[in-house]
Amino acid sequence: MPTNAPTAAHSLSDVAASDSTLRRFLHGLPGVDAVGLEARAASLGTRSIKTTAKAYAIDLAISMVDLTTLEGADTPGKVRALGAKAVHPDPTDRTTPATAAVCVYPDMVAAAKEAVAGSSVKVASVATAFPAGRAPIDVKLADVREAIAAGADEIDMVIDRGAFLAGRYMKVYDEITAVKEACGTDARLKVIFETGELSTYDNIRRASWLGMLAGADFIKTSTGKVAVNATPANTLLMLEAVRDFRAATGVQVGVKPAGGIRTTKDAIKFLVLVNETVGEDWLDNHWFRFGASSLLNDLLMQRQKLATGRYSGPDYVTVD
Amino acid sequence: MASAFAYAPAPESRSVVDIAPSYGLFIDGEFTEAADGKVFKTVSPSTEEVLSEIAQAGEADVDRAVRAARKAFEKWSALPGAERAKYLFRIARIIQERSRELAVLETLDNGKPIRETRDADLPLVAAHFFYYAGWADKLGHAGFGVNPRPLGVAGQVIPWNFPLLMLAWKIAPALAAGNTVVLKPAETTPLSALFFADICRQAGLPKGVVNILPGYGDAGAALVAHPGVDKVAFTGSTAVGKEIARTVAGTRKKLTLELGGKGANIVFDDAPIDQAVEGIVNGIFFNQGQVCCAGSRLLVQESIQDELLDSLKRRLSTLRLGDPLDKNTDIGAINSAEQLARITALAEQGEAEGAERWSPACELPESGYWFAPTLFTNVTQAHTIARDEIFGPVLSVLTFRTPDEAVAKANNTPYGLSAGIWTEKGSRILAVANKLRAGVVWSNTFNKFDPTSPFGGYKESGFGREGGRHGLEAYLDV
Amino acid sequence: MSERLSVLKTYKLYVGGKFPRSESGRVYEVTDSKGKWLANAPQSSRKDARDAVVAARKAFGGWSGATAYNRGQILYRVAEMLEGRRSQFAREVADAEGLSKSKATEQVEATIDRWVWYAGWTDKIAQVLGGANPVAGPFFNLSTPEPTGVVAVLAPQESSFLGLVSVVAPVIATGNTAVVIASEKSPLPALSLGEVLATSDLPGGVVNILSGRTAEIAAPLAAHQDVNAIDLAGADDALAKELEIAAADNLKRVLRPQPVDHAATPGIDRMTAFLETKTVWHPTGSLGASGSSY
Repeated sequence: MPTNAPTAAHSLSDVAASDSTLRRFLHGLPGVDAVGLEARAASLGTRSIKTTAKAYAIDLAISMVDLTTLEGADTPGKVRALGAKAVHPDPTDRTTPATAAVCVYPDMVAAAKEAVAGSSVKVASVATAFPAGRAPIDVKLADVREAIAAGADEIDMVIDRGAFLAGRYMKVYDEITAVKEACGTDARLKVIFETGELSTYDNIRRASWLGMLAGADFIKTSTGKVAVNATPANTLLMLEAVRDFRAATGVQVGVKPAGGIRTTKDAIKFLVLVNETVGEDWLDNHWFRFGASSLLNDLLMQRQKLATGRYSGPDYVTVD
Repeated sequence: MASAFAYAPAPESRSVVDIAPSYGLFIDGEFTEAADGKVFKTVSPSTEEVLSEIAQAGEADVDRAVRAARKAFEKWSALPGAERAKYLFRIARIIQERSRELAVLETLDNGKPIRETRDADLPLVAAHFFYYAGWADKLGHAGFGVNPRPLGVAGQVIPWNFPLLMLAWKIAPALAAGNTVVLKPAETTPLSALFFADICRQAGLPKGVVNILPGYGDAGAALVAHPGVDKVAFTGSTAVGKEIARTVAGTRKKLTLELGGKGANIVFDDAPIDQAVEGIVNGIFFNQGQVCCAGSRLLVQESIQDELLDSLKRRLSTLRLGDPLDKNTDIGAINSAEQLARITALAEQGEAEGAERWSPACELPESGYWFAPTLFTNVTQAHTIARDEIFGPVLSVLTFRTPDEAVAKANNTPYGLSAGIWTEKGSRILAVANKLRAGVVWSNTFNKFDPTSPFGGYKESGFGREGGRHGLEAYLDV
Repeated sequence: MSERLSVLKTYKLYVGGKFPRSESGRVYEVTDSKGKWLANAPQSSRKDARDAVVAARKAFGGWSGATAYNRGQILYRVAEMLEGRRSQFAREVADAEGLSKSKATEQVEATIDRWVWYAGWTDKIAQVLGGANPVAGPFFNLSTPEPTGVVAVLAPQESSFLGLVSVVAPVIATGNTAVVIASEKSPLPALSLGEVLATSDLPGGVVNILSGRTAEIAAPLAAHQDVNAIDLAGADDALAKELEIAAADNLKRVLRPQPVDHAATPGIDRMTAFLETKTVWHPTGSLGASGSSY
C-alpha cells in the first residue's frame, strides 16, 4: 500500500512555484462535462449489490464512517455516547466493526479521545474556523494546534472558498500547507472543499488537485452545513482526481464524501463508485471515509436484516 | 479480476415472462401457421437454449398479410386522427405496463444486458409510441400540407440488434400517419415482435392494421417486392439495402433505408477526458457494438493518444461480461453464431494486417456466443477494420494531428450515419459538426436517442429519417 | 439591299465555369419543332460527364459552405442577368418548343420569376425544415438540413427552359452542385443559360450543363460513385428504372419522374429531395454542480 509522501516531494512539486504556475496548471486540467459525469455516476448507481456482496459492503461502510457530531449543542456527554457507539456500533452484535473515527469540534477532542481510548477508532477534529473558514490564518492555525494538542489524530480543515472563487489559488495553497505543517507528522489532514459552494465540477477538479498538491492526506467534499453536500457525481469526480494524482505522482490520497449520505443504499452506491473508479486500493478506511451520523444506524439495521432475515427497526439500534 | 468487493450474482427474474413453446404468424389479427407449415427455432444467444419454435413466413404468407393490411387500410386511414392517436397511446401505456416482461424477453432472445433493455430499449420503445400517438391528429401541422395522406400498406423489415425498438421506430409513425403495416422481424429475434402482436390485441387494434411475419431474408425480399406494398422501410445491412433499392426501382413504392455505419468518434486534446472515455465505451460497447451508429473508429489527437488509451484500457478492465440477465452485466452475448463468426473473422483480419490487438482479461462463458471487448491500435485508414462495419465490440483506434485531418478522416468512408466530437471548445464543436458528413453528430456525448430527434444517414448509410417530425415524411404521400 | 447574314453561335457545354466542346468532338443537329436546323450542339460523352462530376465535386465545398444569404444573392443575380436577355431566350424557347413569341416570352418570364422564388428560399428553407428537438434529457438537440452533395439532373425533355430551371434552381439553392443533362432535342436554352450563370457570380462548377443523348450521359452519372443524388425528371419510365437500379450501387437519393405543372408555384419537394437532415446533440446540464439525486 502506498504511503503518504511528504509534501512537494513528487514530480509536480514545481507547479506551486508561483501563483501563475499554479493557475496555469489548475486551468490546464481536463474539463468536466457535467451531464456525462452525472450520467456515469447514475449508471454506477444502478449496480445491484446483493447477498454476500451486500454484507461485505455494509461492514466495509461501517468501518469507514467518521461518526460525526458538529452541533453548537455538543457536550462531553454527547461526545462520550458517540465515542461508545463508534467503538461498538451494535451492542447486540460484537462482530460489528468499529467505525473509522469520531469527528468533533476541537473543544470536544479531549472528551472524544477518552471515549474511544484503547480502540482502533480515531478522533478527527474539524478546525480552521469550521464551517465557514472566515477567520485570520493565525486563528485557523491556533484552532488546529489546539485540536492536535488535545490528541486529535486527524484534522478536517476547510479551504478558503472566497479565495478560491476569487482565483487566489496560492492563498488557498499556502493555508493548506500551513495547516499541514501544524498537523505535524502524525495527524492526517483532510481538506474540505465545500463543493456546494465551489458550484462547478471544473472547480471541484481544480480544488482537488490544489488540495493534493498542497499535501492533503484526504480530500473531502463538504461540511454538511450547506444545501448540497456529498453527491455521487462530485465524489466520482474526486475519485478520478485521486486516481490521476497517484498515477502522476505515486502519492495516494484518500476521499471523504460528507453530508447527505443517510441510507445503506446510498453508502453502497458510493462504494461502487470507489470500486469501479479507483479499485480495491481505496476500499479501506485508511483511504475512504463517510462523513455521516444517521447513516450508521441504517447500516446497522440493514446488517441485522441480513443476519436475521427480518427487517429491523429504530428501537433495535441505539439513539445517539 | 478478483476484487475484495465482488458483486454477487444479481439476476433479473425470468419468471416475469412466459414464453410459449411455439408461435404463429400474426396475420389479420390471428396467430396462424405458415402456409407451407415451416417453422424455425429461436435460441437464447447467451446459452444456446431453444426459447421457442416460430412459424416461418413464406411468399404465400406475405401475400396473405399484405392483403389483410390492404383491407384494413381503408378503415384505418379513414379513422379520425384522434382515434388512431388513442390506439397508439394505449399501445404506449401497455408497453410501459409490461416493460419488465418485455425487457427480460428481449434480453433472452437478443443476448443484450438487462441493464440496457430495462434502461434504454424499453423506455425508448414506449416513448416512441407516445410521441407518434400525438402526431396522428396533427398531421396537417407537420409541414407536409394541410391534409397529408397516408401511403397505404407499409412493408417493414427490421434487424435483430434492437428488435422491439426498431419495431417501434417503424410501426409508430406508420400507424400515426394512417398506414397499415406488415412487419418482418429478424429471424434471430422474433419474440418481442410477437409479444407486440399480443399488445395490439390488448389495445383492441383493428385486425389487419399490424401484421407480423417472422421469417428469413426470403420473406423480407417477398415483402419488399410485393406489388401491394406502397412503402418499404428497411433497417439493416447496406448490402441488403442496395438490393432493396434495386427491387423497388421503377415502382411507385416509397423507400427509406437505415443501413450500416462506421462512425468516427473524434477526441481532441482539450476533451473532458473522463467523460470522453465513457463516451467511447458507450459508443462501441453499447449492445456489444451491434449498433449501426456505433463509434467504431476512435480518432484521437496524437498528442493525447497515450493518456487516453491508458484511461480507456483501465476502464475496459472494469467492464463486466456475462449473464445478460444479471443486472450488473455490461457486456452481453453476441446475437448469433453467424455474427460471432463475422466479428471473429474481421478481428483476425485486423491482426493479419498488422494492427495491434488488445482485450482486457475477460473470461468468456462456455456456451453461447461471446466476444471480448477488443481494441485495435496502430490502425490506419487503409486497414479493413477501419473501413468495414464490424458490428461487434471492436474499436479501431486511429490518430490525427489537426481538426482538418480529423474531419477528412472521419468523412473518408462510404458511410455517413454517426460521429462524435469531444472538445471543450464550443466553436470547434460547431465547426467540426458542420463539416462532418453524418446524419447524427454527438458532441461530448454518444449514442443518445430520442423519439423527437431525427435519425438516419448520409451516403451509403441510407436515406430518410426516423424520429421527430421528419420521421412522418416517410409515411405520408408527399 | 440584301438582308444581313447573321452571326451564328457555336453552342458549347458549360463545365467547371468554362465552355468546352465535348471531349469526343461529336456534335448533333438541333432543329426547331418544324425540323429547321438551329445549331450543332455538343454531343457529350461519358468522359464529359465524368469531368462535370469532378467540377461539381470541387465546387461543392465552397458552394455548400457559402452563406445562405450569399447563395440567395447569386440566384437573384441570375434572374437579373436573364431579365436583360429575355428576348434572346424567348427566341430560343420559341424555336425549341414551337411556341409563339408571346407564349415563349411568358415561359421566359416565368423562368426568371422562378429564379427569384428560389433566391428567396436559400435562407429560409433551414428554418422551415430544421429546428430544435425537445429531447427528454439534458441535451440541446438541433436538426438542420444540409445539401446532399453532387446531384445529377436530367432536365425535362419538353420544357426546355422553365422546366430546366425548375429542376436546377432547387438543387443549387440549398447548396448542392449539379450536373445537368439538357433536354435532348432542345438543349439550346440550357446551353445559353450557362452563359448567364457564368456572369452571375455563380462559382464555376456549381452548375454544369451537358447536351447530348440523355440515356448515354445519364448512365455513367447514375452509376458514378461520387454522385450523391439523381433527379430523373427527363427520363422515360424504362430509362428511369434502369437508372434507379444503377443508382442503388452507392444509394443515391433518387427523385423519380412525375407529372409536374411547371407553370404552378413549386412546393419545397424538389429542395427536400436533395437535403439531408443532420442532427447535433450537445449536453446542457445545469449551471452549477447543484448535485444529482441519488
